[in-house]
Formats: sequence, C-alpha cells, structure tokens
Amino acid sequence: MRFVVCVKQVPDTTEVRVNPETNTLIREGVPAMVNPFDLYAVEEALILKEKFGGEVVAISMGPPQAEEALREVISMGADRAILISDKRFAGADTWATSYTLAAAIRKIGEFDIILTGKQAADGDTAQVGPGIAEFLDIPQATFVRKVEELDPVKRTVSLQSMWEEGSEILELPLPCLITTVKELNEPRLPSLRGKLTAKKAEIPMWSFDDLGVKEEEVGLKGSPTQVIKIFPPPPRAEGELHADVEPAEAAKIIADKLTEKGLL
Amino acid sequence: MLEACNLCGACVPVCPEDALSIEEVKRATEIDPSEWRGIWVFAEQRRGEIQSSTYELLGSARGLAGKLNVPVTAVLLGNDVKEPGSLLSAGADEVLYVKNAALDHFGVEPYSKAIADLIAERKPEIVLGAATFIGRSLLARVAIKVHAGLTADCTGLDVDIEKRLLLQTRPAFGGNIMATIICPEHRPQMATVRPKVMKPLAEPYDSKGSVTEMAADSPSNRVKFLDFVADDTSQINIAEADVIVTGGRGLQNPKNFAIIEGLAGLLGGAVGASRSAVDAGWINYSHQVGQTGRTVSPKLYIALGVSGAIQHLVGMQSSDFIIAVNKDPNAPIFKVADVGIVGDLFEVVPKLIEEIKRRKET
Repeated sequence: MRFVVCVKQVPDTTEVRVNPETNTLIREGVPAMVNPFDLYAVEEALILKEKFGGEVVAISMGPPQAEEALREVISMGADRAILISDKRFAGADTWATSYTLAAAIRKIGEFDIILTGKQAADGDTAQVGPGIAEFLDIPQATFVRKVEELDPVKRTVSLQSMWEEGSEILELPLPCLITTVKELNEPRLPSLRGKLTAKKAEIPMWSFDDLGVKEEEVGLKGSPTQVIKIFPPPPRAEGELHADVEPAEAAKIIADKLTEKGLL
Repeated sequence: MLEACNLCGACVPVCPEDALSIEEVKRATEIDPSEWRGIWVFAEQRRGEIQSSTYELLGSARGLAGKLNVPVTAVLLGNDVKEPGSLLSAGADEVLYVKNAALDHFGVEPYSKAIADLIAERKPEIVLGAATFIGRSLLARVAIKVHAGLTADCTGLDVDIEKRLLLQTRPAFGGNIMATIICPEHRPQMATVRPKVMKPLAEPYDSKGSVTEMAADSPSNRVKFLDFVADDTSQINIAEADVIVTGGRGLQNPKNFAIIEGLAGLLGGAVGASRSAVDAGWINYSHQVGQTGRTVSPKLYIALGVSGAIQHLVGMQSSDFIIAVNKDPNAPIFKVADVGIVGDLFEVVPKLIEEIKRRKET
C-alpha cells in the first residue's frame, strides 16, 4: 500500500506578530516547525504501513528550506519525501495549493490513502485536504479521530469523523483522503537511526516544469483570493484583577458582573 | 470529456499517442462579475434541525444585501427538514430546498455536487456557510468545483459597495494577526464564518418569498455512512454554546470536573477543558478549547484553574466576556480576563454557585 502524507512547514505561530506601525508580519527569529496537526497524519500513515506494508511518501510544498520539515518526517519513519518547490508556486492560496499538490500526487502515481493534518497552524483554513480530494476526485473524511479498520481485500477503510456533537462512523473506498485531529494517535519521536537516515536521505525537488501544471493556476496568479490587509487583533479592554478577596466576596463580584451583563 | 475533468492538463503530456489537447476554454478569471448577483447562505441542517449558525449567517447576509441591494437566498439540502419556512423569517428572500432522500444526512459528495450545480446555474455573487465541521469540509470542495475563492473561518464580513467585493476578515497565525481578504476576479466569493460571531436578526424579517422545493438528480456518494455516535459527555457542544465553563490543570483530578459541570449546568452552558486536562485523560478531546482543540467565542467564558497558555488564549480570547479564577496571580489567563479572581477555585466556585442560586430564587 502507498500512503501519501502532505506536510507543511509553518512558523511557530505563537511567536508571530504584526508590526503595528507597518502592519507587516514580523517573521525574523521565528522558528519553523512541522505543522503540528500533520504529525498525526504522519503517525497514522506509519501505523498503517507497519500493519499492511508498503511505503509512506511525504510531500511538502514550500520554499527550499521546507526540506527540513521533510527530513523530520523521514526521521519519524517515512520512507521517502518529495519537495514541491518553485518560485512560481509562491503566494498560493488554498485553491492553487490544492491544485499543485494534487498534480504532485498524480505524478507520484498510484496511492491508497492520502493523509493531511486537519489544518495548518498558520493559515488555519482546513481547506487544502478537501481541495486535494476534489482535484483528484476521490472520497474524503475530515477531522478523523479514529481509524477503525482498513480492509486491504475489500479495499475500504472505516473510521470516525469528528463533529461538534459526536462522531460519524464512515466507510470509504480506497483510494481516499483523510484529515487528522489530535485525538487520533500520539506521534512518535524520531529515533536515533531515523535521524541518521533523515540526514543522508536524498529529497528530490519537483518544480513547475516537473508537474505539468498551468502557470495561471499556480502560485499567486492562480489564487482566487488575495490578502489586502493584515493588522494586529484589537486588544481586549483592560480587565479588573481582584487579589486578596475572600471567596464569598469573590463570588459576589462575579455574580454582580454576570447580573450587570445580563448573563444570569 | 468526463464530468470530473477539471482541465488540469495532466493527461496531455503523458498520452503516449500525443492524442490529447486541451482547448483554451473561457477561464474563470475572465468571468463577467456583473452576471453574478445575490447572496446565498448554505442552510445547515442536522437530523432535520436547521442549525443556529444558519440564522446567524442570514442576519449577517441581510446587512450585506442591504448594501449591495440584492436578495438573500437560503440553500437547504435535505429530505425531512423541520420548518424550512423559518429561513424566510430569519432573513431569506427565498429558500431553495433541494429535497432528496440521499441528501437527508450530510455527505460531502452529493452535497457539493448539488450546490455547485446550483451555483453554476444561478450565479450568486456571494456564498456563505458556517465554519462548522460540515461547512468547512463542504465548501472547500464546492470552491474547487466552481473555481471560486474561499476564505475560511471569517469573523468579520463587509462589502466594498463600489467594487461589489466581499471584504472577509479572519484571524490567522493562531489568532496573532487579522487579515482582510478579497476575491477580485472569481465568482462567487465564498466564505465560511465562525459560529457565534454574527448575530441573527432581532426582529422577524418580512420576507415576500417562499420555499421552492427542487429535485436533485440521483446524487452519488462513495462514502458509506454507517452511524452517528453522539458524544455522551457533551449535552451542549462548545462551538454552539453561549456560555462555556472551562476547567484546567488546577482541577487536580478528573472527579473535580463535577464542579465545572455544576456551574455550567446552572448557567445553561457547556463544559470546556484546557489541553493539559485533556492530555491527562480527564475529559474527552471534543471539550478542548484552544489551538489544537476548538476555537470558541461564547457570550460568557469562565476559566477555572486554567493558566492560559497562548494556545489556549487564541482559542477563546474572542469571547464577549471572560472570567478567570486562578491561584497564580501571574497566570497569563488574567491578561485576557474581564474579571480575574486570584484565589482557590475550590473555595470560590461553591460560593459562586450558592450566590447564583440565591439570586435566581429572588
């Protein structure tokens, strides 16, 4: 079986700020990491591979330094990785990203399950997974919290997809795409051997010319949406802090506020 | 040509006979935006019940429709939906109700096909859906099918009246920045909107329209729906709740979630949890508030024994009113709290429950 995992290198989002004067992103000194949600996708792919055999292929679209993220995934146990990188891919929104990744997956060839994190921690859109599934015309299950059973003979996978008030139990035919949430598993740490393998691994880079994509459908040009402004979130009004109050007094303060705000 | 072909062109270079070519079709970027008019709201129903987020969207859509001088259409998919007419009084000028047994329960393939077909036929300039698990999975596929721009999880919507552009504002980078996004050359302009941010209309809308039932041509679905299992620990889910009471590591053990449940029950609210409480196995992941859990914006958020890691704060700081109780005066949660109490939750909360009960009785 072939499991394709899509990963993204993201900045540590807790460190990203907007310069309030220029309204531009301050990226300097912000460490990069593998999108945390993608680690659940990697782990699940590794679990499935260990059970059913085959290979785990990781792909990432990004600048050349995104290769680091792929090395990390190899150190966890992925068999190989491909970096999708070209200046013409830069500035892609979710439409153009899904299109480009789908083209890369087609080039990889046959596959059984594509796994992605539920969303990337920087953009938080949760749109690229379903977008890839749509471009490849395959079924999808999003926000998967449990893989129940993969039947390699029937070529189906049954799983639990998370909803606000519970879970849907679904059965999908292979090939399909799933997006993963934290509850699914506990991502493993890289082993020492994995780290050595990752260090030596050759990571091919596929560019625009390798994918047979159209220039007007990739990158900024191929993106229907445009960011026109970024700004810091409005600060919350300064609150009141009560220290050294008796519990009964504290309860009154809270209840008064709730009454005042009509929340009781 | 197959219907599923999206003109990606991948077939052309790999054809061994060089037999394939793709004619330059009229690209979506060359569309004439003036042919596209009206605002659509995807009306989300679950087990026949129209979801409250839909009414919020209709409230927001009315405001936009007034500025653009266009009608609002609610698009409802299902088979046995209760009170589709409620969409009219909630703000819709018309309701398109695609009725089919195969659409009774949500399935991303038949739903996205039905909506994409309707969009291609009727050309709305704006399509909105709620940023729920359903809305986000569904509209992401619809946007690819119709080659539209889609902005996720918006917290603010406005229009540039002159250019007829939807101004879509949303948080990114874990809530550390806000971005305003437009879709200048593609139609429709699509967005999912965070539940609880928009307000439903205060007064019923005097709609002149009606509910039009439409047939769908036998939609196919490769995904087999086997069952729905309700989360037994959440009577009220945190994404829809007006009040959330959240417990953190300060609860010390899972049994103490009873305190959280007690207060939540009294306030008609839902139970939330910090990441550390979930990771400790004290409560189900579906209760987790924060970057790796759910982003919420209720009217009232009460954090008890929650220190307030940045990942937690980004998931709840857009709540209307925040109350925090924590022993540590330096806990970051106090930075976003409207009322902070430095104290022991085990002492404060029982008193608070007493106090609220007393006030409710009088």
